[in-house]
Amino acid sequence: MKRFNLGAMFALLMGVISTPALAQEAESLDAKVNAIFATITGPFVSLIFAPIPGTSFPWIVMWLVIAATVFTLYFGFVQFRYFKHSIELVKGDYADPNDAGEVSHFQALATALSGTVGLGNIAGVAVAVGIGGPGATFWMILAGLMGMASKFTECTLGVKYRNEYADGTVSGGPMYYISKGFAEKGLPGGKILAVLFAIFCILGALGGGNMFQANQAHAQISGILGDYPGWITGLIFAAVVFAVIVGGVKSIARVTEKVVPFMGILYVAAAVIILAVNYDNIGWAFGQIFEGAFTGLGIAGGFVGALIQGFKRAAFSNEAGVGSAAIAHSAVRTKEPITEGFVSLLEPFIDTVVICTMTALVITISGQLISDPATGNYMLNGNHIATVDGNTGVALTSAAFGSAVSWFPYVLAIAVILFAFSTMISWSYYGLKSWTYLFGEGKTAELVFKLIFCVFVVIGAAANLGPVIDFSDAAIFAMAVVNIIGLYFLMGVVKNEMTSYVERLKSGEIKKFKK
Amino acid sequence: MKLIIGLDGHGSGERALKFGQNLASVTGNCELLIVYVIEWSPFSFQTPEENAERHKRREEEIALAMERVVAPALESLKKAGMNARGMVRHGNVADTLNAVASDEKADQIIVGRASEGGIASRIFGSATANLVMHADVPVTVVA
Repeated sequence: MKRFNLGAMFALLMGVISTPALAQEAESLDAKVNAIFATITGPFVSLIFAPIPGTSFPWIVMWLVIAATVFTLYFGFVQFRYFKHSIELVKGDYADPNDAGEVSHFQALATALSGTVGLGNIAGVAVAVGIGGPGATFWMILAGLMGMASKFTECTLGVKYRNEYADGTVSGGPMYYISKGFAEKGLPGGKILAVLFAIFCILGALGGGNMFQANQAHAQISGILGDYPGWITGLIFAAVVFAVIVGGVKSIARVTEKVVPFMGILYVAAAVIILAVNYDNIGWAFGQIFEGAFTGLGIAGGFVGALIQGFKRAAFSNEAGVGSAAIAHSAVRTKEPITEGFVSLLEPFIDTVVICTMTALVITISGQLISDPATGNYMLNGNHIATVDGNTGVALTSAAFGSAVSWFPYVLAIAVILFAFSTMISWSYYGLKSWTYLFGEGKTAELVFKLIFCVFVVIGAAANLGPVIDFSDAAIFAMAVVNIIGLYFLMGVVKNEMTSYVERLKSGEIKKFKK
Repeated sequence: MKLIIGLDGHGSGERALKFGQNLASVTGNCELLIVYVIEWSPFSFQTPEENAERHKRREEEIALAMERVVAPALESLKKAGMNARGMVRHGNVADTLNAVASDEKADQIIVGRASEGGIASRIFGSATANLVMHADVPVTVVA
């Protein structure tokens, strides 16, 4: 069915009326493309997601967790010591009134968050809890807390080494800090790493930041309206994305950017209400989380299984160490790059520690996961925990919320669609910045990328391109490989910035403007 | 004496300007400070692209407001032999006018009333009302 949709889409694009024969031809063509693509990219995908020998733990997740641990220790638990200061920065307590009208810390944070809060927080957590049990939540929170230090490091560098152009616009991100930072320190290979990062970022933007989102948005819409061809959703989404990124129709973007945070708040509020109604079970739920974290409570793979799922979910959801947020945060106008680092560390906190945890708690408390009353262990259905209606993924989250508030699944569907859209807008920008890094700034180069991006929206919604999605996920994590190598070499720069800033903060040289 | 005149680019702002000018010529030895505030919030939501272009846009907004609103006002005041300065600021209109007044140690703020109709002046209207309620210096609202 999906293949046929793709054929129909191509026919439509070419202005040819689709005939069954043509569609069939396109179908077999599509299957061929899939097969060839899978053969070429397969080794790369397997390499990125390869498990550490003797375990089922993907090394890339370990890579991210180790980096987060290193940065946490190197910066002396910056995420806890300066948490309050970060909030004061976001509130604008330290904002110079003379800079009013520039991008504020709050705006940079909100923009970066709209790129990360999305499907992962709703569907991804359900997958993690469905396989790893409530115990996965514990490891997810831990990884989220550690990831705050990775974000802090990359976003400080993003602002410090960004390019500021004569016309007042800025470009920043890992490709800039890796190439400029390495050159400054006399290290070789900066340019190669930067180019690699930019290539992976473009692929990730077209895949995970675009096709995957369009695909899942279509799945949600057709889940409510009934099955219909994906290219219709794709064309509508592409038209709206086109209007925003090519046509510069700011009103659509503004509406989304306003509705998305509202949806985020609504989601957390709904979770809090469900928890409040079930307040007598909260202690039990936390008990399940702690017990499950160290025993597994009967899930496949025991406590290691819970740990893998939790770590994986946190890394996939908040993108700490991937480098994408550094691109979004680099637009802020500040004399102190480190302040943006402080602000950005709130991002994994909001994304993972708050929103993902809410999803996990609601699923746990809703009783959707079936446990054996005799042993207290969860019952398994394959490698999944058995659920009341056999739901997994976003359907499990939906059922968990729906068990308390019957109409909430509809709100959730709208939230998923909007989150997908805002993630697409954010990633279109990350991809664009990498594109212009490779091909030079200029209206034509920008337009070419934006048009390619819109075409991929349609493809993503219409087709079920498994290998392509696998490849683009791998590309996003390949970004982390390059980015974290860069961060290890440049973390000394961040340390110097931090030492100087903290000294001036303590001496009162950096003062609050708001009383 | 130092007077702050808040302009909104509309008719009521013009009348505030006239009123300030008359008051200054009656009082004598008066400094006039023309302030145009571009409504802006640090807590609004923007796309990454808007953020990247924000600095450029801000410069353009300031230049435009200077050229269209503040400069003509200053010119007419200077022609009348007044001691006048002008500035453009971003922010909440009421808060910003009040903040400028405290920074400049001004004696009074003069603004137009909000009665031009339409959504825009309604927004400015609530700014006038907020200013009257919360200002740290006397406020004159010109009809």
